[in-house]
Amino acid sequence: MAETHTDKRPLSPHLQIYRPMLTMMMSIVHRITGSALYFGIVFFVWWLIAGAISAEYFAMTQAVFGFWLSKIILFGFTWALIHHMLGGLRHLLWDTGHGFKLSTVEFMARANLVLSIVLTFALWIGVYLVRGTL
Amino acid sequence: MKTPLGMVRGLGSAKTGTEHWWLQRVTAIANIPLVLFLVIFILCHLGADRAALVASVKHPLIAIALIASFLSILWHMRLGMQVVIEDYVHGGWRIACLLGNAFFTIALGVAALYAILSMSFGA
Repeated sequence: MAETHTDKRPLSPHLQIYRPMLTMMMSIVHRITGSALYFGIVFFVWWLIAGAISAEYFAMTQAVFGFWLSKIILFGFTWALIHHMLGGLRHLLWDTGHGFKLSTVEFMARANLVLSIVLTFALWIGVYLVRGTL
Repeated sequence: MKTPLGMVRGLGSAKTGTEHWWLQRVTAIANIPLVLFLVIFILCHLGADRAALVASVKHPLIAIALIASFLSILWHMRLGMQVVIEDYVHGGWRIACLLGNAFFTIALGVAALYAILSMSFGA
């Protein structure tokens, strides 16, 4: 099953050969954001577990999440979440057999990137406006 | 070359056909409203004390939405990470990573469900 082939056979074009393109980078970023979210959800579960433990432990956890470094990480997490969801919407559209025209693909890649940044800032600015603090 | 029976069944040699691909989509679509709910839920409890969080989770609809969110998200996570592992990890490490993927997502799910139910039914 897992024997290694050492004979020199031609390879199909692969990652290291291609010139980086936006659509390709977006595909890779979709995987990276997905992986980041995969591990990031641990903090959310920790938060809920803290709520199940005690008022003191939950207050301590809230304080940890309120630390400025935590907020920077949370900001990145928000962006990863929004970027991954927008990327997912593109994939769902492609699954219906639409949106394969090159110009459309290129446009959606740009829109995904721009929208993810705009929405992330909008979310955090909205929180700031409502709460008066971050 | 496929026998007529094989064509009707539409399944490959692994006997699961497109199930992985399909479930990835099912959970992806479910995640759209569920993740939006989670984001709003978190935003509503920024800096909150435990009493406020527990009061929210005591509402059946909130608890049900939280449980549904975790089931769908963790399922989606496991399927997605499985593809990443199968693409990049080879040999014995692949089995170890796939096992780790299963244990990680299931452990998170059990922990999250315990926390939600504990707050929902507890003091």
